[in-house]
Amino acid sequence: MEALININKLNLFYGAFHALKDVTLTIPEKAITAFIGPSGCGKSTLLRTLNRMNDMIPGTRIEGGIAIGGTEIYSNEVDVETLRKKVGMVFQQPNPFPKSIYDNVAYGPRLHGITNKRELDEIVETSLKSAVLWDEVKDYLKRSAFGLSGGQQQRLCIARALAVNPNILLMDEATSALDPISTLKIEELVQELKDKYTIVMVTHNMHQAARVSNQTVFFLNGEVVEFSDTEKLFSNPVDQRTEDYISGRFG
Amino acid sequence: MPSQRIQAVNKKTQTVTKEIYDFKNKRVSIMNKVMPILLFLCASVSVLTTIGIVVTLISETYQFFQKIPIFDFLFGTKWSPLIPPKSFGVLPLLSGTLMITLIACLVAIPLGLASAIYLSEYAPKRVRKIIKPILEVLAGVPTIVYGYFALSVVTPIIQSIFNGAGVFNALSAGIVVGIMIIPMVSSMSEDAMSAVPRSLRDGAYALGATKFEVALKIVVPAAFSGIVASAVLAFSRAIGETMIVTVAAGSTPNLTANPLESIQTMTAYIVQVSLGDTPHGTIEYGSIFAVGMTLFVITFLLNILAQYIARRFREEY
Repeated sequence: MEALININKLNLFYGAFHALKDVTLTIPEKAITAFIGPSGCGKSTLLRTLNRMNDMIPGTRIEGGIAIGGTEIYSNEVDVETLRKKVGMVFQQPNPFPKSIYDNVAYGPRLHGITNKRELDEIVETSLKSAVLWDEVKDYLKRSAFGLSGGQQQRLCIARALAVNPNILLMDEATSALDPISTLKIEELVQELKDKYTIVMVTHNMHQAARVSNQTVFFLNGEVVEFSDTEKLFSNPVDQRTEDYISGRFG
Repeated sequence: MPSQRIQAVNKKTQTVTKEIYDFKNKRVSIMNKVMPILLFLCASVSVLTTIGIVVTLISETYQFFQKIPIFDFLFGTKWSPLIPPKSFGVLPLLSGTLMITLIACLVAIPLGLASAIYLSEYAPKRVRKIIKPILEVLAGVPTIVYGYFALSVVTPIIQSIFNGAGVFNALSAGIVVGIMIIPMVSSMSEDAMSAVPRSLRDGAYALGATKFEVALKIVVPAAFSGIVASAVLAFSRAIGETMIVTVAAGSTPNLTANPLESIQTMTAYIVQVSLGDTPHGTIEYGSIFAVGMTLFVITFLLNILAQYIARRFREEY
């Protein structure tokens, strides 16, 4: 597997708080990488640097570099909107727009200039199919997205993210607000998506990381403690702290 | 004796028990009975006032229409209540009022909305902290001050641009009424926009939307019902505005579409007549109630319309 994202000595500060310390990491292409660790360890912060969502938090300062496909994303020449189009994101709470199911999925493509009705129809259909939601909603596309269940809403958000044709999909604890069955559905979906997309997921749930991901990164206090193949990390961790965490001694 | 001691102890516990479980209110419970009544009376003041106003309006208007046919009033194009031949067609006053309101809304809604977008989406915290109070001070300026501002600042500017603009003209008054209601539009719209959850904005940003796209395509639609409510409130405020139009728009009932001419609004007419020495019970006296009633009906219908629109276009989040 080839490295797609190279994080090099990344330091991030929220004001005086040192949230990420010397993070160096490579994330492989077309695979699922999971970030695990206790609350406040910096895993979500690191995820949000990958599409520069942290830019919007005042007082954030970044040192070091992140390159995606060889391009330094924090350089001045990078257009943040184009970056975010290529690096999609799904959030912890399902956040559909207060619009119809169709308009939710079509929102991104419309934003980027697609107005042709047939083209939009096609994008909506493929995106909903990729998110395994099409069969459930194909007859109700004009209905409000708020009529969907939490799990369906989250899959709608995934479809919405896929509709702008990203290469990378970031999932920020995307199942933590869902019931076990919806969670399972999303986990299955993620497995399917990794053939086409590079997926980086943050999860509170160690078992989820173990079930779903190919690579796992364990964070503690803003540092990367251990990074390896998921199987190896869970069966044979190198670092004592990793072992303590995965065996449930803290966190 | 042990048994005596036991009895004594028993007695003691008994009294203690009694004290603990005595739920009778020993404080004066009269407050509990008086306070609700007092508060109810306070609350009824505004209700009773409203009822009183409506009753007065209706009865005086009814008497007026005994003398002047309602058709002549609603569709007459000449308003000349004081100088014979007397004529009571409300259309000139209505058109004057609507012209002022329209100009005011053309000024206030775009500017108010734009400043609301700036304040809620762009302004750094520090800037917002400074601008919001200033806007609210603007809302507290007495309208008579605005009136003279229109007459002494805005009118000369208009006259220097447009030849033939009168000393009293609808444009100047309309613009200044608009300036007066900007704070209302922007403050209410800003509240509605700030209430749009951050997660919706994040969702759009994550799709590659720019700040402006997020503001226009996510925040404004999600806050739409609040924005409409602010616009309609501004509209009824402009319709009811009295001092600015009395000072700056003149007192010439005039069925015209030219904003550079002097006009008279319904409110300004009411001021004119009630300041003069029109005797109680005359037809002129009755006319101010008929005009007042018209004004009341219009704002009432507007409020209903606003509620309908707000419900119809509500985006739940």
